[in-house]
Amino acid sequence: MRLDLLLRISSKIFLPFIILFAFYVQFHGDFGPGGGFQAGVIFAAGIILYTIIFGIKKAQKDFPETIFNYMVPLGVLIFTVTGLISLSKGFNFLDYDALAHYPKHGQHIGIIAIELGVFVTVIGSMVSIFYAFVARGKK
Amino acid sequence: MNEHAPALVVMLPIIGAVLIMLIRHNNLNWGIALISGISTIYYSIILYLNARSIGTISYAMGGWEPPVGIEYRIDEFNSLLIALIAIVSFLILVYARSSLNIELKKNKISTFYSMYLLCLGGLIGILSTGDAFNAFVFLEISSLATYVIISMGNDRRGLLAAYQYLIIGTIGATLYVIGVGLIFIITGSLNLYDISVKLGDIELYRPLLASLAFITVGIALKIALFPLHAWLPNAYAFAPSVGTAFLASTATKVAIYLLIKYLYLVYGFDLVYSNQIFIFVVLSLSIIAMFGASMIAIFQSNLKKLFAYSSVAQIGYITLGIGIANYNGLTGSTVHIINHSIIKAAIFLAIGCLVFSSKIVNIDQLAGLGKRMPVVAVCITVSSLSLIGVPGTVGFISKWYLVLGSLEQGLWVVVFALAVSSILALIYVGRIIELIWFHTPVGGMVSPNKMPFEMIAVTVLMTIATVYFGIDTRLTGDLAKIAVENVLLGEQL
Repeated sequence: MRLDLLLRISSKIFLPFIILFAFYVQFHGDFGPGGGFQAGVIFAAGIILYTIIFGIKKAQKDFPETIFNYMVPLGVLIFTVTGLISLSKGFNFLDYDALAHYPKHGQHIGIIAIELGVFVTVIGSMVSIFYAFVARGKK
Repeated sequence: MNEHAPALVVMLPIIGAVLIMLIRHNNLNWGIALISGISTIYYSIILYLNARSIGTISYAMGGWEPPVGIEYRIDEFNSLLIALIAIVSFLILVYARSSLNIELKKNKISTFYSMYLLCLGGLIGILSTGDAFNAFVFLEISSLATYVIISMGNDRRGLLAAYQYLIIGTIGATLYVIGVGLIFIITGSLNLYDISVKLGDIELYRPLLASLAFITVGIALKIALFPLHAWLPNAYAFAPSVGTAFLASTATKVAIYLLIKYLYLVYGFDLVYSNQIFIFVVLSLSIIAMFGASMIAIFQSNLKKLFAYSSVAQIGYITLGIGIANYNGLTGSTVHIINHSIIKAAIFLAIGCLVFSSKIVNIDQLAGLGKRMPVVAVCITVSSLSLIGVPGTVGFISKWYLVLGSLEQGLWVVVFALAVSSILALIYVGRIIELIWFHTPVGGMVSPNKMPFEMIAVTVLMTIATVYFGIDTRLTGDLAKIAVENVLLGEQL
């Protein structure tokens, strides 16, 4: 732990930017390239970098595993609830036109909502898989 | 909400799966699963009745009109199978609670229910979607859930079986996607109906044949059509009993439907069956499956593995009807999809009872079962007899149509093969029946645990169904006839 000073300092500098970039890719997804999956992977990469530098113990204390395990179904729930809201307003499943007064606004809200679902699920599953492999044999 | 039934039958199980995963409460998970199961049945029956009364239902997902958007296309054929799968898997869910408590670790039970419902949602999705790529997505959803289900058993060999299936299943899905990619290049569309229209005036014959080959082989891996069946016996043998009953009665059937859909509704009868080699390959592989798998089944000592091989043989019967390709042959296939689903559910549920009560896994442990557990013994006997196709059971109905179909085509070899493979089935079933009824119990057996009511009830119900639908075919044979007549042999999709 003493010798990797450079790594620790530089990753501490990088981490906020990685997370910020993840959110940029997430929210910029409906104007340009990007979206929930890519953003989720970038976000998870940030946490994975943290784990590699500071060790699994500290990482699991700061970002508990249970949170990520719950994020996996939570994202799918966000996705399906978006679909069900359109259903409840008499539109077809996942028809975003139902989500606002103007169809165009509805499309914006809808795509943001389901991409948020994808984002949450992807972070959850990426980090869960990573934790599962790293923590093998240590329990 | 009824007009949204095509979306709801797929979403309800998936919502159930997500809720179970989020709540993870050991007493609630069963209840949530049952609620989402029964509401799926409700909407699947509404779907079938609507498809019967107003004809094919088209549902535009997300409001994007087909062929651009994803279309769910419900006709009398797939809604019949959706209803079948919803009902069978609900009954297995009722049975599941006590069985899982014995066979699974406490912390895995919620995950199991969740994966069960996710798999169910994926299977119904494959049945209902009218989009080639959406079918692939659902194929993957159901397969991934299946891998988890298989790996969950207490036997560590289940992990290996799941891994084996993971590799083979992924290869199958990849081949399928390559096939879909070729079709997309040729026609520029992913909507199956649109494709079937556009294929009419395509001159590129060779890429078309290549796509047919890729898709057929890809799906055949999922069906476990001989010789691509290697994953199935281990997967069935080492999965938890509930998982085995569920997979055996639903998963392969759905893949068979997908194959039928491609052959008859997308490529069209004329294109596929003008190709003599294709018919020859399908027929001969089916016959080899009927013989080979039954032969291997005779020498099995593991009870679940025996019936797993018998499943491979029975899948041969179903694909045989696809190869015969006339009205009666196809009806035979369709009826056997339904009947085999009921038979295998009954058998594997009965085996689940045996595992629950006295940890029976091998055949020789069955000795004297007739005296110790008469009800379960009768269930196993009756449902195994319907595997052979004894008159008065469902197996007879399917074989009747298959024989009729092959006689009409003048395929005497096939008729002969059907007879001989029935004799092979008689041998492996006979071994079990002899042990159950005519041998004395081996000493040192643990006294059976008391069976919970719902496990016995569901097993008996399934067994009664195998006899009932063998006598009264209004709900199976007649509906299958209508489905074949109106959908497959009627106008193309």
